[in-house]
Amino acid sequence: MSDLVTSLLAGSRRALARMLTQVENATPEAQQALEKLFPHTGNAWIIGVTGAPGTGKSSLVNALAKAYRAQGKTVGIVAVDPTSPFSGGAILGDRIRMVELSGDAGVFIRSMATRGSLGGVARATRDVVRVMDAAGFDIILVETVGAGQSEVDIVRTAHTTVVVEAPGLGDDVQAIKAGILEIADVLVVNKADRPGANQTVRALRAMLELGHPAAREQFARHHGRLIEIEVQNNHQDESLWIPPVLQTTATNNTGISELVLAIESHRQFVIESGTITALQKQYLELELYERLQQALMQRFLQTMPKTALADMINHIEARQLDPQRAVNQLLATLDQPSLNIQANES
Amino acid sequence: MTVRTARVLIAKPGLDGHDRGAKVIARALRDAGMEVIYTGLRQTPEMIAEAALQEDVDVVGLSILSGAHMTLVPRVREAMNKVELNDVPILVGGIIPDEDRDTLLTLGVVGVFGPGTTTDEIRDFIHTLVVKKDTNE
Repeated sequence: MSDLVTSLLAGSRRALARMLTQVENATPEAQQALEKLFPHTGNAWIIGVTGAPGTGKSSLVNALAKAYRAQGKTVGIVAVDPTSPFSGGAILGDRIRMVELSGDAGVFIRSMATRGSLGGVARATRDVVRVMDAAGFDIILVETVGAGQSEVDIVRTAHTTVVVEAPGLGDDVQAIKAGILEIADVLVVNKADRPGANQTVRALRAMLELGHPAAREQFARHHGRLIEIEVQNNHQDESLWIPPVLQTTATNNTGISELVLAIESHRQFVIESGTITALQKQYLELELYERLQQALMQRFLQTMPKTALADMINHIEARQLDPQRAVNQLLATLDQPSLNIQANES
Repeated sequence: MTVRTARVLIAKPGLDGHDRGAKVIARALRDAGMEVIYTGLRQTPEMIAEAALQEDVDVVGLSILSGAHMTLVPRVREAMNKVELNDVPILVGGIIPDEDRDTLLTLGVVGVFGPGTTTDEIRDFIHTLVVKKDTNE
């Protein structure tokens, strides 16, 4: 595995591909490799592209990648599609729209399935992005699954989040609902050659005017999680970032150079205002919580006799115990391993 | 915790524009719990090799209905070997005459599936390949 790390850092695409598989499968080897790669990360600008299914995310990623290649930047692409909740399988079809990038050694595209994660990206996406970062790509584009209203996990990985809309998807009330529109650093109305594009742009602009920018900032940082995070508003006196609303037609490159410029302005804003440091610290804090949560759960399950959980489920099923009480009893065994788990018969 | 999900590339090389068969296979493999990367129509051998490399797939499945399989398949194999994917097996599906089948199997193809093959057969075949790969590693 350390050979793989060496070849990856030396620029081997095969080594990168194989490492990504290890990371996706969460092998113990991947954990060691990620440790070695972590010091090499932090150089890429990570752009999240999210939005409803069929709004043209893949085409937009394709157009953006071409634009960055024209600037001489190397581009890594992570394209996420959903895993079937029934079979665990997936059809990953984002490459279909990225054919033009084939044959370019400065581009690396990797398709990923969500594997049960519900936030719009896979659990391993963050690590996959880190590996690409360590491999030296200047720009990393992360395309989420076709997102509905609340798949907002991408903001924790991306430096700039682009939310893609298309004409005719909803009225102005959709536009003021909570969720995905709030995480946008840049809003794009793609398929702008279709009727209704101007109305969609107007609805989105109206939404931005209604909202209080400072409040938006806080929600974006909390992104709906109940974990207590202190919101540092260290640029209160400075002007806040107002997401621009752009029109694009990705399939013929219309509006793409404007989009690249908007992403660049956002990059400059978060760097110059110092927001980037605060945000990254908060996201790392959230990541730590999340990993701790997983590790504690795993350790807990290891200490639990295999039958204990099954017994507990039977008791709950028989309505002898309510689920929360069951949790409390299971937790009590952590402090007193000898304690027998018994259902409350009353 | 190790989770192993088979990854399969389904590709259509050359100029034929009929991909219903490829989609049926992709869907069946999805339902068998595999991750299927579908590249779309009209891929060159080099594009297929590159996708197979980047996606680190266990198996490449080629769907060819155009009759050009004797030209295309060796070129895909060659392109894959060129990027050091010699160990990644190729399956071919489509309209393949019996007399070509045996020749293809000598050209670096591990399985040829013509009309009438059930999706279960293909699923089991890929499953066996993946298990074999894992025990060798």
